[in-house]
Amino acid sequence: MKRSVTLATAALIAAPGLAWAAGGAIEGEVAKRSVNVTAIGMFLFFVLATLVLTAWAARRTKSTSDFYTAGGGITGFQNGLAIAGDYMSAAAFLGVSGMVFTKGVDGVFYTVGWTVGWPLILFLIAERLRNLGRFTFADVASFRFDQNRIRTLSAFGALTVVIFYLIAQMVGAGKLIQLLFGLDYAYAVVLVGVLMVAYVTFGGMLATTWVQIVKAVLLLGGCTILVVLGLAQFGFSPEAMMQAALDNHTLHEAIRAPSASISDPITAVSLGLALMCGPAGLPHILMRFFTVPDAKAARKSVFFATGFIGYFFVLAVTIGFLAITLVGTNPAYLDPAGKIIGGANMAAIHLSEVVGGNVFLGFISAVAFATILAVVSGLALSGASAVSHDLYARVLMKGKASDKSEMKVTRFATLVLGALAIVLGLAFEDQNIAFMVGLAFGLAASVNFPVLIMSIFWRGMTTRGAFVGGLLGLVSAVACVVLGPTVWVTVLGFETAIFPWEQYALFSMSIAFAGIWLFSVTDSSKRAALDRAGFDAQFVRSETGHGASGAVAH
Amino acid sequence: MDPIHDKILADPRFRELVSRRNRFSFTLAVIVLAVYAGFVSVAVFNPALFASSFAGQSAWAWGLIAGFCIQGFAFVMTGIYTRRANGEFDRLAQDAIRGGKAA
Repeated sequence: MKRSVTLATAALIAAPGLAWAAGGAIEGEVAKRSVNVTAIGMFLFFVLATLVLTAWAARRTKSTSDFYTAGGGITGFQNGLAIAGDYMSAAAFLGVSGMVFTKGVDGVFYTVGWTVGWPLILFLIAERLRNLGRFTFADVASFRFDQNRIRTLSAFGALTVVIFYLIAQMVGAGKLIQLLFGLDYAYAVVLVGVLMVAYVTFGGMLATTWVQIVKAVLLLGGCTILVVLGLAQFGFSPEAMMQAALDNHTLHEAIRAPSASISDPITAVSLGLALMCGPAGLPHILMRFFTVPDAKAARKSVFFATGFIGYFFVLAVTIGFLAITLVGTNPAYLDPAGKIIGGANMAAIHLSEVVGGNVFLGFISAVAFATILAVVSGLALSGASAVSHDLYARVLMKGKASDKSEMKVTRFATLVLGALAIVLGLAFEDQNIAFMVGLAFGLAASVNFPVLIMSIFWRGMTTRGAFVGGLLGLVSAVACVVLGPTVWVTVLGFETAIFPWEQYALFSMSIAFAGIWLFSVTDSSKRAALDRAGFDAQFVRSETGHGASGAVAH
Repeated sequence: MDPIHDKILADPRFRELVSRRNRFSFTLAVIVLAVYAGFVSVAVFNPALFASSFAGQSAWAWGLIAGFCIQGFAFVMTGIYTRRANGEFDRLAQDAIRGGKAA
């Protein structure tokens, strides 16, 4: 049991980009902090600045292309920062440092998995995605297939991922803000929802990208200062810092070895797969590749993003080791039982107060909140575009919708998503919603990713194969989560889990890929012949970029 | 199908591009995967090695240093690919497209 709880936490933290989620992120009862004026002041300044940015972006957001992809005018470097921003969530920052704080090197097991996914995305997906798509990843997944079925499947794949993530983010945001600023949970949720809608409806992708860039710079800068100030306490000697961590941690030398939670091979493989393939199925991350002008810039984005992400994770892990000594031995941050106040994920926040006083604490808290805001905005935008571009303009109107009506639908969809996020955020305050993150992530890896990658690379895939395989991936991911330890045992209260593993990507992904293969090779319909015949044109475009949207005519 | 696509598809430069790029990206992908698989295997099957002191006497564990290095290595690999793809491969692609249009 203890082990499955550890795994539950691991699963949470495992979802890149956003999974810093609820329940696992802030443990136990959240004690409301006294109102922190400095933190609120800095945060208000950030909000003000981003609203000015949004007003500027709103004047430049006129067409659907502006709205979805900032007109494709973001540079590779900017997009690299924005991708890194999407990835460096509160989960990564607070979750990884918290994990190192409690368990030691386990944290680095995750950060390595998150980082190595990026070279693979670059080698296999990034440029082909840019060459084939225009606004959403469904553009690519449904390129040569029956629009009704495959685009609808992809759009729903995107929407479910977005909604589950949004709920988790909203609940997590509410709790975190309670802790950081002493604000009421309900205020926090409404505030996040309203700001998210404002950024997206008015400023579209341009505002969302710049909010993400500003936040990424603040987070990278803040963490760098945190590490430098922390190391200063050890005379800038990493060796002295680590020695002190070994001396002061209750587990001592054991924090140098991986804990039991990652020593099961099936779990390790499943987790590794999920860490690597997950981001390639997350709609708000994939959408970033359409904001740059061409394949060249798409490659550069990944190059810069990987650098920023790798650097950030080194900082996050180091922050955890610094906190072991500087926070873990400081009675001001421990409750009578010797546990850290607010749970392990507060380690980085407490550390900022130790090394930089109240002002720095305010700054780091504001950055953590900004992080949540930026991530939910990206999610809302990709969810809205699945509704307006995929479902409304392509499936319902068969591509005959006017730019104007599509924009209306997209703004309305954002509003509905915002309202939904607020209502569900409030409704789920005291629920165990940890499984939602796992589910959202599993869906990304088991539905969106297999359909996308096979549609790009496998000539033999047909509409039927993609549709049935995608559905099988969806059903098996949901089944693994519901029958697994978190939902079956923790939420529903059954004695033992029917599906014993917390990590299930190995199973659901295999089922999806096998389904796609089986139902494609046995498909001899007329549609199947069309699907296969369409591969050559798709292949030329995906490899050369000829005919790609936004590419300059040669 | 766009007639230009047919010509590009038949163009030897296009075939050259696809085979060269696939070989390159496949090789890099395998290297990255192998390094990651090696890292995970050591963590799962030989935790003692993972936990042993870096350079013999440091307080830092080998596994931790290796993890940091792999993150840096991932960055370097994306740099290597981007450099060659943005130069050589893109030139080949442009040639193939020009060839398709001229023919």
